[in-house]
Amino acid sequence: MSLIGKGILKGMGVTAKNFFQSYYRKERLPTVEYPEEKATINQFSRNFPFLLYDGDDPVDGMRCTACTLCERACPPQCIYIIKDKDENGKAILSPRIFDIDTSVCMSCQLCVEVCPYEAIRMDSAFELSNENRFEGLLLNREELLKPNAYYHEIHPLEARETDDRMAAKAALAEAKKKARQKRARLAAKNKPPPGLKKTPPTRKKPPQREKSE
Amino acid sequence: MNNYFDLKLVELGRWIEAFFAHYPTLKLVVHLLLCTLPLALSFMGAFAFTTWLERKGLARIQNRPGPNRVGLFGLLQPIADGIKMLLKEDIVPERSDKLFHFLAPIMLMIPAMIGVGFLPLGDGLHALPLDSAIIFFFAISSLNTIAVFMAGWSSRNKYSLLGGMRAVAQMISYEIPLVLSAVAVIMMAGSLNAQEVVASQQISSWVGSGNILQEFFGRILGWNVFKPWGFAGFIFFFIAALAEANRSPFDLPEADSEIIAGHLTEYSGFKYAILFMGEYISAFAIAGIGVTLFLGGWNGPVFAGLPWFVLKLFSLFAVMIWIRGTLPRLRVDQLMGYAWKFLFPLAILNIFLAGFYHFLERQWGTAIAMLAGWLFGFGALQLAAIALSRLNQSPTIRSKRVYQLVE
Amino acid sequence: MSPVQTMPPRSYHIGKDDLGADILEVAMGPHHPSTHGVFRMDLKLDGETVVDLKPVFGYLHRNHEKIAEDITYPMSMPFTDRLDYLCGMTNNWAYALSAEKLIEIKVPERAEYIRVIVAELTRLVNHCLLIGFFVNDLGALGTPLLYALREREKILDLFEVLSGARMMVNYIRFGGVRCDPPDGWLKECQRIVDAFPAFLDEYETLLTENEIIIARAQNVGVVTREEAINFSLTGPMLRASGVNYDIRKVDRYGIYDRFDFKVPIGGHGDCYDRFMVRMLEMRQSVKILKQAIRDLPEGEIMGKAPKIFRPAPGEAYGRIEAPKGELGFYLISDGTPIPYRFKVRPPSFVNLTALRHMCLGHKVADAVIILGSIDIVLGEVDR
Repeated sequence: MSLIGKGILKGMGVTAKNFFQSYYRKERLPTVEYPEEKATINQFSRNFPFLLYDGDDPVDGMRCTACTLCERACPPQCIYIIKDKDENGKAILSPRIFDIDTSVCMSCQLCVEVCPYEAIRMDSAFELSNENRFEGLLLNREELLKPNAYYHEIHPLEARETDDRMAAKAALAEAKKKARQKRARLAAKNKPPPGLKKTPPTRKKPPQREKSE
Repeated sequence: MNNYFDLKLVELGRWIEAFFAHYPTLKLVVHLLLCTLPLALSFMGAFAFTTWLERKGLARIQNRPGPNRVGLFGLLQPIADGIKMLLKEDIVPERSDKLFHFLAPIMLMIPAMIGVGFLPLGDGLHALPLDSAIIFFFAISSLNTIAVFMAGWSSRNKYSLLGGMRAVAQMISYEIPLVLSAVAVIMMAGSLNAQEVVASQQISSWVGSGNILQEFFGRILGWNVFKPWGFAGFIFFFIAALAEANRSPFDLPEADSEIIAGHLTEYSGFKYAILFMGEYISAFAIAGIGVTLFLGGWNGPVFAGLPWFVLKLFSLFAVMIWIRGTLPRLRVDQLMGYAWKFLFPLAILNIFLAGFYHFLERQWGTAIAMLAGWLFGFGALQLAAIALSRLNQSPTIRSKRVYQLVE
Repeated sequence: MSPVQTMPPRSYHIGKDDLGADILEVAMGPHHPSTHGVFRMDLKLDGETVVDLKPVFGYLHRNHEKIAEDITYPMSMPFTDRLDYLCGMTNNWAYALSAEKLIEIKVPERAEYIRVIVAELTRLVNHCLLIGFFVNDLGALGTPLLYALREREKILDLFEVLSGARMMVNYIRFGGVRCDPPDGWLKECQRIVDAFPAFLDEYETLLTENEIIIARAQNVGVVTREEAINFSLTGPMLRASGVNYDIRKVDRYGIYDRFDFKVPIGGHGDCYDRFMVRMLEMRQSVKILKQAIRDLPEGEIMGKAPKIFRPAPGEAYGRIEAPKGELGFYLISDGTPIPYRFKVRPPSFVNLTALRHMCLGHKVADAVIILGSIDIVLGEVDR
């Protein structure tokens, strides 16, 4: 019951130390006062996905081929893809609609991990507040598309690795293509090469969502 | 020259009153206004400043910068808060007792303000210079128990009710050690008059001597807190004052982690602000009487008077803030036990110690009395404190716990 | 026979005692400052004494188990972060462990070490935060809590560099971890771990000897050894009651058999012991972390996991010593990529069952700190 005791005085000493040191030691006052100064975002930080494009034109340089792997891997199902078609109604390997509902997205990065074309990556911009919580947070293809340079800016290490991997892949594909052409030239007697294209596996339609086209 | 500031203020008052010399009724009104209005306004200002000080101090203790957006160092924050409070909707619970819900903040404010009036703020700066000011002060300040319970009861909220019940139990219990520790001072000063208590805390033979050094120390060393019974009494008084003012670690009536905000739960807007202000001003009043009784009142070297009083008041408040930033809260039964089983006997013992000191001083002089008082009197108090805490503790708590580390 | 029936409730007066006072019923929560989320305690009070208590929860139910039975195994991983949202890493690990049991993947050495490092960092985060909240419930106005948050921030920054996110890490994968720590991460981690004991010293000076905390927390909310076992409590709560049961020592999952560490045991089973056991556990975690960082080998970080996770029909239960107790995932596979049954054994939820028993006969203020000392996170209780 003795309340004026050593323990209390020791505790008061600790708080006094913190009080005075907060005036001259940075680690005792770690607050970053947000709107004036912003905490540095490290290059590994992630929050919402975006789409990458090469070259200058976002739509032409789009890496996404609308394979819908990310749509299927997304745990909260916030990705919505509709494939593009040309004039004849034939499917083109690019999405006509690619929506990500950032109010649903849980920033888990699974879409990035499944993407075989290195087309979707995680952004680290965080000032995303919006006046309209429905349309404003539903990002469409044009809002999602960002150039590779932006990727290099926010995740330099990861972007370099990705570029190396893509270059290696392209080189491999080139080598394969050359080998195939060589083989084809060698074997160009009467047998045409078999069609490499496979039909994509059928999948369930994603749940319909009210949204204006 | 010492009380220059106070004398000027008194002179100013006289000067203003002189304008109304020909109208006796008006003069009386002006006199009353001059006694009360500056007091009320300055304590409201002090309240505003203290909220800033408290938030800033707590923030620094907790390694945060604290309010710093409104004005320089956030100094205008209390004004912004005040405007916000004023503009907020005043929500009264549908089934509350509306009359008492309305009256409680006023009831809290009135005794707090009267209590402030009894404080001798400086030489001649004394709004209610009664002969029995100290007794009156304690009588008035215990009125705010009623206000707190009124707030708790009328809100018709279970948390408020619990808070109100806790407040009544706590404030009535701690009144006793509070008054008992003041009794020692009153005994020694031989007066209930606050100004005389202050005057008794100078070494009068030194103060008037004209020797600069003696003048300087004569106004410090006489403080009651430097005497053995005064020191002990000050500690008891301070603990009891914390409880009376509902300050941490005795903030049970508004324990936010247990009963939301206690009696304040159902208050919003300006009524909340008034309740809050009432609590702070009664805390000021109690701290002020503590300064008067133990810390030498407005006595101090170089510029005695109001500046010293304000300085001491805010230092006491700073300690309160420091304690608030450090300590957890007591439980309700421990709180009562602490008052009755620990503080109460010690405060009574302290009265005897004061008598013992007084006897020694008369018989053999101050030096012997001080020596004996600190060695034996204070030692006896400490022994009593240790014995009491042993008696009150359960044996399992007494032993220091050892923790095994096993594979 | 349920454990509650075997133990008669403590004796207390209901209403018709000498004062003839009425019972006051208070619904404490779901919006209450110290129920650690949206939890409700329906209290019956005689004055300030608790005579009955009914925990009510489910306000944060997110259908976690049912959702997991609709999606593939790897897709559930990010959802596990949100169970006990303070310790995403250990949740990930527990789920990965049970999935690895289901399909028998060998986890590479380096990944095991990284898992231990992140799990022990999580334990530091959880315990220092819990102690802060506990003392906050005692009424300390957040000072210890803010010190804890200050230190937690450093560890969360580490997690951000490692996994990209601070709390919803989604870092551990079936058969390994998602990515290798970047350059300099280990050094930074070492620095923070080395500096952590200084913070613990400060924390202990501030708290452990404080007379008010001792008076408030000792002999409050006592669970005896037998009761603790009967309630199937786990984690620090069980160990505070004097039972030497740490799954890191019992199961030796992962590579915990390689580290030299000890398990702190309490003797009284009250709130103070629960608080102290956590305090001491943090020091042991620092010890493990130092060894793990020292011994971290080079090599692969992902084992040979199949591209499509389709386990053979069967079942598996993987459990780890999460900061709050035994966290287990029970999976039943029917041979499809989607689990047939997905069951979580959340430590907070099971530990919460002892709440009524601990609170009866104590004051309202004690009910709050007992709840605080259980260490619940409503994301995990309600799932």
